[in-house]
Amino acid sequence: MDLISSLALGFSVALDPINILYCFIGVLLGTLVGVLPGIGPTATIAMLLPITFSLNAETALIMLAGIYYGAQYGGSTTAILINLPGESSAAVTAIDGYQMARQGRAGPALAAAAIGSFFAGSVATLLLAFFAPPLARAALNFGAPEYFSLIVLGLLVSIALAHGSILKALGMIVLGLLLGMVGQDIYTGTPRFTFGVRELFGGLNFVAVAVGVFGVAEILRNLENEKEREVGVTVVKNLWLTRDDVKRVIAPILRGTVLGSVLGVLPGGGHILSAFASYSAEKRLSKTPEQFGHGAIEGVAGPESANNAAAQTSFIPLMTLGIPAHPVMALMIGAFILQGITPGPNVINEQPALFWGIIASMWVGNLLLVILNLPLVGLWVKMLSIPYRVLFPAIVLFACIGTFSINQNIYDIYAIAFFGILGYLLIRFGCEPAPLLLGFVLGPLLEEHLRRAMIISRGDPMIFLHRPISATLLGLALLAVIIAVLPSIRKKRTEVFVEDD
Amino acid sequence: MKTFVKILAAGLVAGSALTAVAAMAQDYPTQPVTIVVPFSAGGPTDTVTRLVAAAMSEDLGQQVVVQNVGGAGGTLGAGQVAAANPDGYTLLLHHIGMSTAPALYASLPYDPMTDFAPIGLVTEVPMTIVARKDFEPATLEDLIAYVKEKGEDITYANAGIGAASQLCGLLFMDALGTKMTEVPYQGTGPAMTDLLGGQIDMMCDQTTNTTSQIQAGEIKAYAVTTPERIAVLPDLPTLDEGGLDNFNLAIWHGLYAPAGTDQAIIDRLSQSLQKALADENVGNSFAELGTYPVPADQATPAALKQKLEGQIALWAEVIKAAGVSAQ
Repeated sequence: MDLISSLALGFSVALDPINILYCFIGVLLGTLVGVLPGIGPTATIAMLLPITFSLNAETALIMLAGIYYGAQYGGSTTAILINLPGESSAAVTAIDGYQMARQGRAGPALAAAAIGSFFAGSVATLLLAFFAPPLARAALNFGAPEYFSLIVLGLLVSIALAHGSILKALGMIVLGLLLGMVGQDIYTGTPRFTFGVRELFGGLNFVAVAVGVFGVAEILRNLENEKEREVGVTVVKNLWLTRDDVKRVIAPILRGTVLGSVLGVLPGGGHILSAFASYSAEKRLSKTPEQFGHGAIEGVAGPESANNAAAQTSFIPLMTLGIPAHPVMALMIGAFILQGITPGPNVINEQPALFWGIIASMWVGNLLLVILNLPLVGLWVKMLSIPYRVLFPAIVLFACIGTFSINQNIYDIYAIAFFGILGYLLIRFGCEPAPLLLGFVLGPLLEEHLRRAMIISRGDPMIFLHRPISATLLGLALLAVIIAVLPSIRKKRTEVFVEDD
Repeated sequence: MKTFVKILAAGLVAGSALTAVAAMAQDYPTQPVTIVVPFSAGGPTDTVTRLVAAAMSEDLGQQVVVQNVGGAGGTLGAGQVAAANPDGYTLLLHHIGMSTAPALYASLPYDPMTDFAPIGLVTEVPMTIVARKDFEPATLEDLIAYVKEKGEDITYANAGIGAASQLCGLLFMDALGTKMTEVPYQGTGPAMTDLLGGQIDMMCDQTTNTTSQIQAGEIKAYAVTTPERIAVLPDLPTLDEGGLDNFNLAIWHGLYAPAGTDQAIIDRLSQSLQKALADENVGNSFAELGTYPVPADQATPAALKQKLEGQIALWAEVIKAAGVSAQ
């Protein structure tokens, strides 16, 4: 395969004025739905699918792809400004991004997120162009045992997410795992913790839980005292990164890009892990881990890069094998089919203009996003000067509308209220909501893959050690535990975890 | 650009005008129509629905929105539609699972026969018996002998309790008088991923999901489950040819409204469905997926009602004999 001529073909498609226009419409729409809490790319793409009829295949898919990665950009904006993450990856951004905003550094946080996303998106696009087919093959080696071991590793390493006591962090993870159990067991069909409510058979909605424990809880905390109430951000110091900021974000962006690119290729939920993984990696590697959770810019730049890189590379299994990594990719398959193209291994050979056009358009789209978002940083930050008595009812209203629009399930609204109060109580008791969400997201995946691996091995747990990738991952997990309990390092670890108490 | 803005506007209305007043039957439809698919996006039923919905949008002059309400083997989405306002703006596109749910679920909150107003059959999708690329048996004959011999040593993927892929497996195992190890997944998407990766041995899935992978040589196909061979995979023998007499399974799809919907609206929708199924684009897309639209006389309330009645009786027996229960 001649890569240069392929890429040239791709850019000739992507730089067609009509395609640039629709790419722009896509990323703009994506940014907007990403900014509005709860209204995600899934609903938007589903609603816009029918117009793909009137467009040609390249144009339609370029626009739909733009919505998807545009939303990854936009989602971080509300997470940083008002602590309201619209999806799992943005939840990590909220941890330090919102703290930065409280200190008047919303501008640098938004800028770091935008630059990190652009860099990661560009690199991941190149990766997509060079290695898509072999990478997709490699990802297929991940079966149930490998995913199980990967998640175990993720959970053990991610205990660093908390910045309070380790006991409370573990408690939060366990609570999150239990909340993740709600719903119908896929192996037997037995409903668990549903109290006979069929709306709960599908489990709790992630967006509702995240909006509750992060957004609503924060609002309640702000409202508890009229005098001490924060008006979002009091003073906005500067909009741009200082020289020190730039120095601090370079390494996290590079590491986030690598992590996100690798995890995004895995079709079984790797993209969920990417932001969490990047955050824990940055905290582990930082010389000043005590700043994490209090507005460390590394905690914004790293996860944002990882999340955007994963958004791009998650197109690899879709475009080369025809298998969707998550619901948005599943909708993209629908879009391909509506265009009379059956996604699968043959697309790259039968539709080279389409395949390379989409890849090239991702780079164009990322550039458009940066051009679109950097000037908007000032505008978004101004949003914080809206009086709080106006802002908070609007936030709650938008969050409820957005969450309801996903499944039209009234229990999702109840969940926002419930988890808002729970989140507030947790803040009062000094517990962190981030590990709770981590447990909530990873718990069901952990169970699913554990049980599937055990079925495939007919009940022999040695399957996790017999398979080389799985064994390696478990070895790394063990290593992480050993490092944590080694006495000499223990002292340092204690500093990491108990800086608050 | 003008149509783009128009459709965009319609889409936004779909999100916000949830409480709009129900319109009179003769004006129907005056607002976007939602078709609930009781399975996750990207699956075969979802694909079929999106193709039909796009064509029906043109005929009805209103956006037809597809909404995925997955879970509980399709009974959650079906239950939502059963309880929905019978104003013609919430419809259900469900497959064969509509007829198996009464046998699978002890406490079903709705009755498929009395809580829905049938609109018409949509398509009958053939299924294919497939396996990982390097699975030992070379032909259908070899496969049957191999499965009889190895039994539970073979892993068989399905998309969960009551899914089409599970029903197919039940019939197949029943016909062979053996049992394989069933490995449930959340939908056929992840199951196909594991089949492509060689993590599991076998699966039986609708042609909508398997045709492109079979043609690309990424998975091995042994047979189709219909009485006749199919045009898109002409080399594939039927199970009947392989010695499993009278093996016949197709995943039929039907469109329903909640019971109590105005007859004029039902007729309008049935008419629109027939038009959509006659659409060349829909026909071509269906063919590419290895299926075909039902003839116009099947896309009627009476035909769907008859199909549903017969299938409920059939599956009650098969499922009871296999001893499967969702709860």
